[in-house]
Amino acid sequence: MIHLTVNGDPHSAEPGPAESLLSMLRNRLGLAGSKDACEQGECGSCSVILDGELVCSCLVLAADTDGSEIRTVEGIADGDDLSRVQEALLAEGGVQCGFCTPGFVVAATHLLDTNPDPSDDDVREALAGNICRCTGYGGIMRALTALREDS
Amino acid sequence: MSAPRPDGTPKVRGEFAFSSDLSAEGMLWGTTVRSPHARARIDRLDTAAALAIPGVRAVLTIDDVPGRRLFGLEHPDQPVLAEGEARFWGEPVAVVAADDRETARRGADAVVVDYTELEPFTDPTVAEDRGETFRVFDITHGDATGTVVVEGYYETGMQDQAPLGTESGLAIPDGEGGVDLHISTQWLHADHEQVVASLGLEPHQVRLHMAGIGGAFGAREDLSLQVHLCLLALHTGRPVKMVYDRSESFVGHVHRHPARMWYRHEAEPDGTLRRVEAKIILDGGAYASTSSAVLANSAYFAVGPYRCDAVRVHAVAARTNNPPCGAMRGFGAVQSCFGYESQMDRLADALGMDPIELRLKNALAPGDRLPTTGQLIEGSMPVREVIETLRAMPLPADETSGDPRRLPGGTGNTTPASAVVRGVGFAVGIKNLAFSEGFDDYAEVRASLGPDGLTIHTAAAEVGQGLVTVLEQIGRSATGVETVRVVWDTTAQIGSAGSSSASRQSQMSGGAALSACEAVLAEALRRGAGDRLDDAGVWRGDELVTSLADLTADGPIEQLERFRHPRTHPPDEHGRGDVHAGYAVAAHRAVVNVDPELGLIRVVHVDTAQDVGKALNPQAVIGQIEGGIMQGVGLAVMEEMILRDGQVANASFTDYLLPTFADAPTVEAAMIEDPDHWGPFGAKGVGEPPTISSTPAIVAAIRAATGAALTRVPVRAEDIASQWSVASDQ
Ligand code: FES
Ligand code: FES
Repeated sequence: MIHLTVNGDPHSAEPGPAESLLSMLRNRLGLAGSKDACEQGECGSCSVILDGELVCSCLVLAADTDGSEIRTVEGIADGDDLSRVQEALLAEGGVQCGFCTPGFVVAATHLLDTNPDPSDDDVREALAGNICRCTGYGGIMRALTALREDS
Repeated sequence: MSAPRPDGTPKVRGEFAFSSDLSAEGMLWGTTVRSPHARARIDRLDTAAALAIPGVRAVLTIDDVPGRRLFGLEHPDQPVLAEGEARFWGEPVAVVAADDRETARRGADAVVVDYTELEPFTDPTVAEDRGETFRVFDITHGDATGTVVVEGYYETGMQDQAPLGTESGLAIPDGEGGVDLHISTQWLHADHEQVVASLGLEPHQVRLHMAGIGGAFGAREDLSLQVHLCLLALHTGRPVKMVYDRSESFVGHVHRHPARMWYRHEAEPDGTLRRVEAKIILDGGAYASTSSAVLANSAYFAVGPYRCDAVRVHAVAARTNNPPCGAMRGFGAVQSCFGYESQMDRLADALGMDPIELRLKNALAPGDRLPTTGQLIEGSMPVREVIETLRAMPLPADETSGDPRRLPGGTGNTTPASAVVRGVGFAVGIKNLAFSEGFDDYAEVRASLGPDGLTIHTAAAEVGQGLVTVLEQIGRSATGVETVRVVWDTTAQIGSAGSSSASRQSQMSGGAALSACEAVLAEALRRGAGDRLDDAGVWRGDELVTSLADLTADGPIEQLERFRHPRTHPPDEHGRGDVHAGYAVAAHRAVVNVDPELGLIRVVHVDTAQDVGKALNPQAVIGQIEGGIMQGVGLAVMEEMILRDGQVANASFTDYLLPTFADAPTVEAAMIEDPDHWGPFGAKGVGEPPTISSTPAIVAAIRAATGAALTRVPVRAEDIASQWSVASDQ
């Protein structure tokens, strides 16, 4: 049995020996916001913040997260109020099918938390691990640019 | 200002339910046993060991299919589960349901299949020689010739749609012999028809529900796990869920057809195009899917958006033991565009003419005839306008920054700024809109006005393109009611919307929504004896005469509409006829930086001018343009499924390279609005044109930068480096 904090709430779970954090979040803790597009650490759709680090939850062993603090896409908005990253993605057309969106929300939130004024190239580099097949990244770039300008 | 997406907020919050997020009480997990051979006889299939595993609830084979054993969108030729012989690597052979996903996988591993391997046919040219074809299509017209002649051979590779959401769904038995299937698909009703046939049930016993879709791009046109899920659910009497993993998804759906193309262009010395000859072979893979229609499209657009007096096209869709190919964004027009635009550049060179001038000189216009089919062009065809608009857009400044992240090779730090050469390339493409060749193409929508506002009922797939927003906007502007929502009905509740493909939904379902909403408005005004409607009710002048609640006290005001586009017809024996309902064109200009010694490429910038008829939602249109261009970038420089003896060597996101943020060029887009003759407000479909000419524009830019004669996509590092080292030795 492991104990961890997800989005501020305490959780306990008994994950399988080879089970990923992604699977535990989705299938045991009922947090289906993190998505599973590759389960190989290549697409970023499962991005979460684990003890302050951005990780692909599909690559983290659930059993290793005992005692950790995790923030998932479900923990980004403040109740009914969307975060500024979420607002900007909506306003700038950064969401189409939306499958990559939870990962982008988490990764962009982490980027702005750690580097409040990233250059274009910083954004491209920081988000290069999150694949979007729909938007061509244009709307996502505009969202991040808008946030940079406001900051 | 574009209307916001109603599905946007749940998507950014992580609350939007995709088909892979569904669950049901007592649910089992399904998985698929797949052929490890490209071609093999199945000598024995033994399920006993799998069934002996605790938690495994069912193992089904082709003998458990009660109805039609075959499926297929145009010609049902693909077994629901392999029968007697496996014809491609990864073909489903059996399906397993178990208490959880791990047990299902263990069950699948325990299914014993004895194969006798057979030699696969993997070469489409050899397949053609043997008569192994899905369709052979010839277009012959005119006997003009020209004095300036260029010939070339071109190839395009097998691209994967790679939607981020893999195939997934949930089937729930109804306890009375029927089943409800929740599925992400591009065409709910086409799936329904095929599922019903294979289950051997009555249509009303099978209800398909649209579930959240994580992208499509053609990958969800054909059935994948639909029948499997229903079989398992009916067999076990329990809900069954299946989610393909990424490697399985690579063989679980059809791909873009690889093409081999030979071209000959003949022109007058002044650039007038007189004759185009082409031979196009598409590798259709093991089963038909939509190969026939894709092939015809390659042939119909083999000349591009240009006038030409004489055309000879011989096009073949070959049957091989490679993975089946079918619909992907651009649907056959992508392959031939790479051929004809490469040829137009070659011809310009032979003529000593500016390549853009050559295109302008031959540009089709309304009142012309499409050179292949001979069909008179009605509606808008702004070929000149897209070319001239694009030519007038400023080129980006030549700042090759020293930041290694912006150089070809990126953070690999392989290319010094001094090694970079820049090139600019240009291309124009054309695509038909909606279904062609006489298909009875329609979309059904029901508009319903109740006390809480207007509801638009549809079965049309929202694959991410923003149709849901467009339907809401049409509802608002047609009725005056602001509270509009879109509801997805099941197959039992509404008729077909047709497929979310062929760039057709904004026009087709949009057209149906417009008529339905107009009829609802007219009825509301008649009942209320007023002249204006809004969320409060019916108004006469400044006076509210009836509230919405009173107006609809006896039930909602409803109207069901079926929209059809102008009728099309099959071609005659020369490939001629009125086969298309309309067209859209686009032009692309690409700027690339290349390290020619290493063959590394960065696509820096892509500009486009696109014919959109009328932009109903500019933000959604730009989104389609940017996303479509990125798939064109992928085909140009990195995306290819590599096959070895029919086996996919790179079925993962590690090995199949998709453009990332770091690979994304900046895009400037100009929308050319020239309303078309049908479709709501003159709108045209916008999804496919961005993917068609972006690829040849990028390759032209790489040729301009390096001088390498690049004839295949994706361009590989060695294609550039080998020619560069030869050139630099001389
Ligand atoms: S699902 Fe974790 S990186 Fe793709
Ligand atoms: S919006 Fe579809 S993958 Fe990004």
